[in-house]
Amino acid sequence: MPGKLKAKIVAGRHLPVMDRASDLTDAFVEVKFGNTTFKTDVFPKSLNPQWNSEWFKFEVDDEDLQDEPLQITVLDHDTYSANDAIGKVYIDIDPLLSCEAATVISGWLPIYDTIHGIRGEINVLVKVDLFNDLNRFRQSSCGVKFFCTTSIPRCYRVALVHGFVEELVVNEDPEYQWIDRIRTPRASNEARQRLISLMSGELQRKIGLKVLEMGGNAVVGYLQCFDLEGESGLVVRAIGTACTLDKLSPGTAPNTTTHTNTHTLPNTAPTSNACNSPSKDSKEPVFSEDPPHSLSGPPTPLRTLPSSSPPPFSPSKPCSRQSSSSDTDLSLTPRIGMGSGGSVGKEAGPLKTLLRQHTQSALEQREFPIFTLTCFPPGFLVHVGGVVSTRSVKLLDRIHNPDEPETRDAWWEEIRQEIKSHAKALGCHAVVGYSESTSICEEVCILSASGTAAMLNPRFMREGCLDTGGSDHRLSRQPHPGMVGSERGEGEVSSTWLGFEDASPPSCGFVHIPYDEFNMPFPAQLTYCYHCRRQKVPDVLFTTIDLPAEAEVTGKGCLIQARLCRTKKKAQGEVNATSISNLLPFMEYELHTQLMNKLKLRSMNALFGLRIQISVGENMLLGLASATGVYLSALPAPGGIQIAGKTPSDLSYDQHISTMQKRIDDTIAKNKELYNIHPPKLFTLDPEAFTGLNTECIEEVVGSPIPDRQRSSRLFRSTSESSDELSELDLSHGKKDAFVLEIDDTDAVEDIQSLLTDAPIPAGFYSCNTEVMPGIHNWTSGLQMFTSVRVYRLSNANLTNQGLNKIFTDLCENLLKSLYFKLRSMIPCCLCHLNFTVAVPEEELIQVAVTAVAMSFDKETQQAADKALTRGSGENEEQLQFSMEMCGESTISNNQPTAKPSGVPESAMVHSSRVSSSERCSPLPEGRSRSLRSTRSLPCGAPVTVVKMTPLSFLPGTRIVKYLGIINMFFIRETTSLREEGGVSGFLHSFIAEVFAMVRAHVAALGGNALVSYSMKECVFMENPNKNQAQCLINVSGDAVIFIRESDQEAIPPLLTSRQTSSTGADGTT
Amino acid sequence: MSVELDVFVGNTTIMDEEVYQFWLDGYTVNDAVKVRMEGGVLEECEASAEVLRSDTMDQYRTFQMCERLLHSPAKLANQLLFQIPPHRQTMLIERYYTFDGVFVREVLGKKLSKGTKKDLDDVSAKTGVTLKSCRRQFDNFKRVFKVVEELKGPLVENIRQHFLLSDKLARDYAAIVFFANNRFETGKKKLHYLTFQDFAFCAGQLISNWTVGALDNMLEDMDVDLEKEFLQDLKELKILITDKDLLDQHKSLVCTALRGKTKAFNEMEANFKNLSRGLVNIAAKLTNTKDVRDFFIDLVEKTFVLPMRLPCRSDKWTAGDMRLYLTHYTNSAHILDTFKHQVVWDRYMGVIKSCILKMYHD
Repeated sequence: MPGKLKAKIVAGRHLPVMDRASDLTDAFVEVKFGNTTFKTDVFPKSLNPQWNSEWFKFEVDDEDLQDEPLQITVLDHDTYSANDAIGKVYIDIDPLLSCEAATVISGWLPIYDTIHGIRGEINVLVKVDLFNDLNRFRQSSCGVKFFCTTSIPRCYRVALVHGFVEELVVNEDPEYQWIDRIRTPRASNEARQRLISLMSGELQRKIGLKVLEMGGNAVVGYLQCFDLEGESGLVVRAIGTACTLDKLSPGTAPNTTTHTNTHTLPNTAPTSNACNSPSKDSKEPVFSEDPPHSLSGPPTPLRTLPSSSPPPFSPSKPCSRQSSSSDTDLSLTPRIGMGSGGSVGKEAGPLKTLLRQHTQSALEQREFPIFTLTCFPPGFLVHVGGVVSTRSVKLLDRIHNPDEPETRDAWWEEIRQEIKSHAKALGCHAVVGYSESTSICEEVCILSASGTAAMLNPRFMREGCLDTGGSDHRLSRQPHPGMVGSERGEGEVSSTWLGFEDASPPSCGFVHIPYDEFNMPFPAQLTYCYHCRRQKVPDVLFTTIDLPAEAEVTGKGCLIQARLCRTKKKAQGEVNATSISNLLPFMEYELHTQLMNKLKLRSMNALFGLRIQISVGENMLLGLASATGVYLSALPAPGGIQIAGKTPSDLSYDQHISTMQKRIDDTIAKNKELYNIHPPKLFTLDPEAFTGLNTECIEEVVGSPIPDRQRSSRLFRSTSESSDELSELDLSHGKKDAFVLEIDDTDAVEDIQSLLTDAPIPAGFYSCNTEVMPGIHNWTSGLQMFTSVRVYRLSNANLTNQGLNKIFTDLCENLLKSLYFKLRSMIPCCLCHLNFTVAVPEEELIQVAVTAVAMSFDKETQQAADKALTRGSGENEEQLQFSMEMCGESTISNNQPTAKPSGVPESAMVHSSRVSSSERCSPLPEGRSRSLRSTRSLPCGAPVTVVKMTPLSFLPGTRIVKYLGIINMFFIRETTSLREEGGVSGFLHSFIAEVFAMVRAHVAALGGNALVSYSMKECVFMENPNKNQAQCLINVSGDAVIFIRESDQEAIPPLLTSRQTSSTGADGTT
Repeated sequence: MSVELDVFVGNTTIMDEEVYQFWLDGYTVNDAVKVRMEGGVLEECEASAEVLRSDTMDQYRTFQMCERLLHSPAKLANQLLFQIPPHRQTMLIERYYTFDGVFVREVLGKKLSKGTKKDLDDVSAKTGVTLKSCRRQFDNFKRVFKVVEELKGPLVENIRQHFLLSDKLARDYAAIVFFANNRFETGKKKLHYLTFQDFAFCAGQLISNWTVGALDNMLEDMDVDLEKEFLQDLKELKILITDKDLLDQHKSLVCTALRGKTKAFNEMEANFKNLSRGLVNIAAKLTNTKDVRDFFIDLVEKTFVLPMRLPCRSDKWTAGDMRLYLTHYTNSAHILDTFKHQVVWDRYMGVIKSCILKMYHD
């Protein structure tokens, strides 16, 4: 059953000349959905045809509505020969299937051809009439809302978070070898585009089904990826977090927040008490599970592996340490069976199995306690343990049966299990800020997953609901023996939560360690929280999430990147995979070392939004770690960096070291100034006060069976030497708070050099890879989203590791410099959500793609605000401002005055309701005028709707009033006249511009004026200059929204208030 | 290591006005980088030459992609490829269509043909404007000419609407089109001292007073051509010089009015007949296309502009003298009872007076 899709072709404009003789075109349009095709009349001899067609009606299953795109082809009629295609438009119907999203698609959409690019535009109208289908066994999941945003969408309130959803579909790639093929380029590109469009539709529908089964109504943090595996096929996979979202009905929302949450909880008083009213008395966390094995488990296999590096020492690290166990996970696809030992690393096998059994017992109240969210409603995040990540090297093999993508599923299954067990080792029951990625080179594939181990507040998760979710979840996939499902008692778990009274003050609670301080899963220096002085905190915290709204930050943050290049021998098959998996732990270790050094150098103590990408090429591996460093007020002040020489006898050497030391100290001082890091004296002096504690915990560490743990306070350049020199060094540098960098070889010298030569950010600029910059609040509406791509060709000569590192670092630095230069007119400004993607498209080529948004802020008021606000209290007003939909009136009243003096929240609500009601009642004209309205701030009304794009989930100075649906588009562009199109740069430049244009047009057609949470997931570029050819694939996604300016609120005429009442009523009924 | 590919694409297209000017002026990327480096952007932003080069390349590419749209500026507003704020669009268009005074002087009044385009390298060498820039400017002239040629209605308004130009620039283009259409000779040595703005002013006068559109805006024909009937009527003015009585009468009227009012009175009196003859002869000959072309030369040679500029200093007429003379010369004709062509006379002299006053300088 049932839905009626209606499409109307109105007109075309700017069509290309198809008939050289007349310099005109005889255009007509084919509208195709599924197997049904309609045609318009030919509009002769015009480049701006007016078809004004009838409504073409397709009666289709809602399943098809979700899977299939509406396909519009514009052709040039030719009496004597075949009609020439001008180009196509694919329209994703999905946004029309949810009653809360868009109601009509209407507007000018670019006509796209994979060879020629955009060739004019077509004006279409598309509507869907859906009949309700209550069939339990339906295959469709219409109505489930999808959000790319990794936080709770701005105009919704989360009632329940159900948990992790994932799905993948596989298919043969119709045309992966683009250079030598039989079909015409156009035909094969279109076949691919269409296939991927179909596959994403199917994937989304399947995920939607799972969400419905779990009882949810939305997927937040939806992340869809393509794996172009070449010969072995095409994988489209997606993960997300299933939620039940309530649309905030304007006016009524704020007060009910806590209410709803409470009554949805099955276990009543104690839990909700614990969450809603944090009591002042502190209590040590009590864990109901058995701590020892979670600690001894993971490190042991590690040490037995000769290849793996000794674990670095921050809390975040155990993850990457453990990952090495799966790095060795080398097994050919066919051999992998679920639950078989073959999927686990050679030596680590038995141990891991053991671990798995343990993990299955207590913590696992559901299959994967994993969340793709990076930003949470206040109170959701109780404690954060650290980063957990896993990598696995696989050999790709042809997917034999696309309908049963078991192997790929099993791979990911395994990885998620691994992640889960890492989290458990950190004493955490959940993973947040989770993401997955792949890097493929020939038949080798690195699967990576990372997230942040965390303790979550159970009030957002109804136990029963979760459980059924879990089992249903399993039903929908292949039942597999490895998993023991839902029979475990959630009673035990909830008792953990009950016993665990959240006693910490909200602003520092999340940094408190979730693990047992006497059985720490990894070595770390613990101190009492600098904020509440009651609970223990680690010295450094690494996470993949955004800075929580309640976090107190001293000064500003900055982007910290670690870059690494490693050569590797060319090899085939298993040998290749082995050498890669042997390299991985070293890379992780070094990246971590770099991050740690750079963090210390900036005098910061926490990383947020950490993303480590490792890309594989034929003869090298690239590693890039990006994160935003901040100084969390609750964590201890970082010690400096000390340089230790290996041959102290040499005088000149000593001198060299002391100059170096001085430079480092100077840099640290300068950075403190730059990032405004001035923790109050009280705390900087404090470490003395904690001495007792420090020694205690150090002793504990020393006494532990694993000697490596002693190295908690220093970093070593290379692993091989570390173990012998360990004790000696430990004696010579008694200072526990200083970081020791040992210069024992040229590598290290270069390391330090590069540490110091990291180009300073030009004045007026800040950068971060998180949603917002800590310490900056007063954003103006000045906004510039951009994508920059660079490809470097390495000359053969310098293929040493150091040489490569240098090149790679320069490459990234230069790219950043270029960005700063380009955006200098926006100063003072911050580059937010800087997202680097590296790839090795070919031998000797390095590709770096950056997407980010530059946002300018008001310097004057910034300083005023800095002065006016007491430290910490106002730090995160920005975030609070945006989260106020969720957290209710109190937040509004508290923060409104400081945040936006002009903003009157009540009137904002009025406005938003007005918009939504008008959207609902009169689909087209109102929608149009709506979107035009927002552009009016520009000097004169532009005929084309201005569509803002941002990788963030919000637009500063605005309020998102409606989510119109997800935009997920895949394009292929190809040329056989590369030189004529301006070479590779010209080709890619115009292609990216075209992609932006198409995204904007589709957002505008949905009635939106912005795309938030934008990301370019894939940008695969291939060239063959000899043949004058190039091809590029781009996948972009985001959430189409309608926003209004906060300043518009005042402009609302009072008469609208009366309308508001009626619209609120309407909202209530729907 | 070499950069194989380097692109930057913003959701809002970033355009640097300085680089745009370099691009318009036909600088190569290298030259532009050099000039920018000297300009001090580097120190300002702590950037390297490499960064500057990458930025310049990017901008050049963007401009090249935009150029197609700039050829029909109306498209720029409703195209989807580049998101450019309206005020930037206006800037882009205005700058694209802005031309160099020295360049336009070289081609003003010439046929906008392929032949002329071929000679642009000479023009480029002579004026110091790069060949690339010359070509762009020439193509702009040609494009505007072609579009307006087929349109009805007022010339300036048409240009403004089709090319979204400012009023000033639209008027300049109207002048260029008008000159190209009528093929006015402007390249003769005697005319070299005149700037494009002098000519543009004259063209404006001619357009608004002597063309068909001057009388009725909405008339089917447009105002690129001089009104034939009017030119025919101008022949009638000959009576002012052929009828001796009339000539003398005219002279005495003018001299009476001028006496004592100017130092140059003697000169004026002495030259009256010559001048009057010159002026009226120009009017009478305008039916000839050839003579239309020589309009400005004739104005300089046969009337006073040249003679008045040459004599010894003391005799030289000031601009005020010239105005005075022309005013009385024109007005006195009205008092002549036998002179019946007052309307034509005013229409003719109005334009001539303002043209001469404009051209009457060093």
